[in-house]
Amino acid sequence: MWRPAPATSNPNSMFVRLVYESFRRQKRRKLLAGVAVTLGVAVATAMIAVATDVGDKINRELRTYRANLVVSPQEDTLDLEIGGVNLKPPSDGAFLNEADLPKIKGTFWQHNIVGFSPMLPVTVGVRGAANGVSTGEAKPVILLGTYFSKPLRFGKDDFVTGVRATHGWWRVDGQWPADNSQDVLLGERLASRMGRKPGDRIDIQGTPHRVAGILSTGDVEDEEVVAPLGLAQQILGKPGAVRRVYVSALTKPEDALARRDPKTMNPEMYDRWYCSPYVQSISYQLQEAIPHSHAEQIRQVEQTEGTVLSRIKGLMLLVTLAALFASALAVSAAMATAIFERRGEVGLMKALGAGNVSVAALFFAEATLLAIIGGVVGFGAGALLARQIGRSIFDSQITIQPVLFPVILAIAVFVTFAGSAAAIRRAVRFDPVFALRGEG
Amino acid sequence: MSSLPREFETTQAVLNRRAGSPHQSMLLRMLVRAAVLRRGRAASALLAMVVAAAVTTAMMNLYVDVQAKLRTEFRKYGANIVVVAKDGASLPAESLQKAQAAVSGRGMAVPFAYVVARTSDGQSVVVAGTDFELVRNLNRWWSVTSWPSATEEALVGTRAAAAVNAQGKPLEMSFQGRMISLRPAGMLQTGGAEDSRIYLSLGDFIAWTGVQPSTIEVAASGPPEEVSATMRRLAQAVPGAEVRPVRQIMESEARVLGKTRATLLAAAVLIILTAALCVLATLIGWVFDRRRDFAIMKALGASERLLNAFFAAEAAALGVVGALLGYVVGIGVAAWIGRANFHSPVEPRLSVLPFVLVGSVAVALLSALLPIGLLRRVQPAMILRGE
Repeated sequence: MWRPAPATSNPNSMFVRLVYESFRRQKRRKLLAGVAVTLGVAVATAMIAVATDVGDKINRELRTYRANLVVSPQEDTLDLEIGGVNLKPPSDGAFLNEADLPKIKGTFWQHNIVGFSPMLPVTVGVRGAANGVSTGEAKPVILLGTYFSKPLRFGKDDFVTGVRATHGWWRVDGQWPADNSQDVLLGERLASRMGRKPGDRIDIQGTPHRVAGILSTGDVEDEEVVAPLGLAQQILGKPGAVRRVYVSALTKPEDALARRDPKTMNPEMYDRWYCSPYVQSISYQLQEAIPHSHAEQIRQVEQTEGTVLSRIKGLMLLVTLAALFASALAVSAAMATAIFERRGEVGLMKALGAGNVSVAALFFAEATLLAIIGGVVGFGAGALLARQIGRSIFDSQITIQPVLFPVILAIAVFVTFAGSAAAIRRAVRFDPVFALRGEG
Repeated sequence: MSSLPREFETTQAVLNRRAGSPHQSMLLRMLVRAAVLRRGRAASALLAMVVAAAVTTAMMNLYVDVQAKLRTEFRKYGANIVVVAKDGASLPAESLQKAQAAVSGRGMAVPFAYVVARTSDGQSVVVAGTDFELVRNLNRWWSVTSWPSATEEALVGTRAAAAVNAQGKPLEMSFQGRMISLRPAGMLQTGGAEDSRIYLSLGDFIAWTGVQPSTIEVAASGPPEEVSATMRRLAQAVPGAEVRPVRQIMESEARVLGKTRATLLAAAVLIILTAALCVLATLIGWVFDRRRDFAIMKALGASERLLNAFFAAEAAALGVVGALLGYVVGIGVAAWIGRANFHSPVEPRLSVLPFVLVGSVAVALLSALLPIGLLRRVQPAMILRGE
């Protein structure tokens, strides 16, 4: 099986040649073991990547559905809200300034802020309008001014925000109005009472407006008119006024530190608190950014989603452990089989005077080489797999942290070693006489 | 792997034993001896099989159960259906009982009644009446310093408390000339409209204002079809009221469930594939390793069909034993994951067993017949010579 070694060779180059020849001559076996390592590493990589990212992906998904923070004026009068309808006169109480809103994107956790929507409700009289002539009785209806998807700029950053980014459950039949237009959305039930379709005109406070679309939310907005913020401010006669702002921010589930009062912290702890994306620290920063404001978490959204997310993350973590276990087992099974098949070789080597150490070293060297090759290829394949999963399930990329590469490689080498160890030990202990006689 | 001589038996013992076992049991004996004599390899093949079956069982169980588990988490979001009286009126009498009967064990129904009352210094504030026991279970996100327990005790929202200065002092409230004196028992913080309200027990509320509940919030459990069935029952039970789903909750729930299940499915497919491959590799090694047995049997005149049957029976037996053991282990793993992550065990599902069984036997047969197909073309003499 081996060519005679050249006279000039030293033991080291012999060792290298042994490994090299073993790979060159036993392509099928090496390929089998290599495929097992590659597959195992690919599955492990994909699962780790998906598991570490799934929480963030689902969090983002939820954040486009519902806002989890609300910013209101600090010195506001008490709301008189029953069933979503506020009985407080619209001009009562304090307002926020629209000009302050882009500063939300200037806070420390700006990248965690998915979007925000200002709200300004006003009471208006609405009538149907046909051919420029207003028809019917004017009825008092709430007109809600907001951003639909408004381009804003803070510093050098351009971004787009509004209800389309934060109120994912709002459905529009027709078109969303442009934020700088005078067009409005008509709530579903209000529209059916008034008999209006998209494209029709209605009369609001004496001026006709086009109905861009019919809004369906399953909530109080179904009875309201939703209009660009500018229109509501114009009707109220308070340019720049905003009643409250809904903010969607990606947060970290709260822990003991999150719940502490920042005023009682020492500077070091305060820094740690301030630089963690807790809902408390983000609302604190929002209050800093917007003068005279009070920011608060919407506990229904924040607290319950935190639980659901942590459950999903925990589940994926455990499943990833199962995947790691299964791939470790596949790798060690393949390695054990590959080594077991080479008892004859071991017998020959030992008969030629090789010690247990050098035989084991040869096998371990081969295993390491296999692990590294399989690890690199498997990492690439796993990254592709994770991307595919991300694209087909979440419509977005799953990013693989580069730091994962050495970790995965180390795991691959370790598992291959561990999987080979028992088989190598058995092979080395095997009596060469039996092995050479072919009695396995 | 042992090449030691078999255990010695006296001739008489052998004859007795053979007389006791009819000829047909030869196949069985070969199967058993093959497993017993090559304990190491047979055990590793069985281990691979068990692990693969266990992982598959656990993943399938989780996949089936995760939806139910996450739904119970989602129900902590609060109501997913609201029953509202039309035009701000009150719901007809007995509505709550009827609604509760309509929900009947598949969730809960909580009544709410609202009025705008005035404090002694003329501040208007929304006062709500509800059932504290029920609302505590429905709206678990409410952050409450202490729940009222006695009559005429109130739960005061943080904003309302700031506006009416309710620092432990009794609150004098009036509604349509009727007065009540309330003791603030605790503070309520939610970040929503509740913060601006004062909550009373429904009994106190009705005795004071005479206003009946106008809203029933319902948390209906189960998949979407069951929720819509509950909505239909509610609409029949409480005629004249409007029954509508809370879309923001239903839709985000559906989205999250869908994505989680899809991710879990991808993970399950990957893991099951890896496990099956592991079994395939181990079993092929095992069968290939026994080409000598194969050659001897062939040399002794065994037909191809018999050989195939022998190896197939061996593989099938391995598959069945592995699947059964693996199923039990997998149920345990799934239950543990359920307990560790969801604080309630994942229920064992018998419906998973046939899949695991058929899958295991199929993989085992495949990995036995693949090397046999290769060996069939080889002359037994070559194998016996060790080439």
